[in-house]
Amino acid sequence: MNKIRTAVLIFAMCLLNIIAFAQSMNNQTEDSTDFMRSEGKLYVVMAVVITIVLGIFIYLVNLDKKISKLEKK
Amino acid sequence: MIRKNWWKLLCFALLMYTCIMGFMVKIPVLDGRMQQSIRNLFFHVPMWFAMQTLFCISVFYAVRFLRSQNPVDDYYSLEFARTGLVFGILGIVTGAIWANYQWGKPWSGDPKQNGAAIALLIYMAYFVLRGSMNDLDKRSRISAVYNIFAFAMLFPTIWILPRLTESLHPGGQGSEGNPALNPNDTSPEMEMVFLPAIIGWILLSLWITSLRIRLRIITEKKLAHE
Repeated sequence: MNKIRTAVLIFAMCLLNIIAFAQSMNNQTEDSTDFMRSEGKLYVVMAVVITIVLGIFIYLVNLDKKISKLEKK
Repeated sequence: MIRKNWWKLLCFALLMYTCIMGFMVKIPVLDGRMQQSIRNLFFHVPMWFAMQTLFCISVFYAVRFLRSQNPVDDYYSLEFARTGLVFGILGIVTGAIWANYQWGKPWSGDPKQNGAAIALLIYMAYFVLRGSMNDLDKRSRISAVYNIFAFAMLFPTIWILPRLTESLHPGGQGSEGNPALNPNDTSPEMEMVFLPAIIGWILLSLWITSLRIRLRIITEKKLAHE
């Protein structure tokens, strides 16, 4: 379990770079005031998609755990 | 646990990468046809890759069942086909949404659309066939045979027949048909997202299927004990 936590943490830390990259991208667009409203608010869609996929993953992990418990019985 | 489930973590990482980079990656400016909707490449197209993978595994287990007569092989075959059908339906629905804005109508009777719909109907009939029989042994055997026939029609309907005529899908010019992917339209940056997207979505579909198989085996065991 600890190994998983470490792996997730490392991956989350990798993602921090992407946020920095996103901010640097924002500086290049001309009219937008912030990142989420740039490109015709496309990144709002990105946030929605990420939330949905994250939700599906949380659901799957829970289901996986429940089935594992049933298998042990 | 990590040794057994590493691919689930990989799946999560790849899909998160896809969902972020799918929106962030720079897309080539073509002649203004696709614009931002080309980003559907990372979401709509992998649905079909996942479906094909699952149907391939399904027919593998159908053949294995016919050789071994082991009911577990039949559960594998059934659940792979079931999740494959789900991904196929997702593919056809997302395709219709995209087509509505790209081609003007959700359904243009495009050969690839029709072919995919036929393939899905053939696989839907698999479940109708299963549901119509009460004899367990007979049901498993006949549906395994039907699965092989369905698989034999899968690639002709989604790949070969659409290539014989003109299509709206990208890739070919007029009578050259449509592979559905046009390598000239994708940039190397997009491919760096496309490949992880394919692998990520396939792994997700395998994960869902594995859960269904495990659940089915538990349920059948419980039924056998009663």
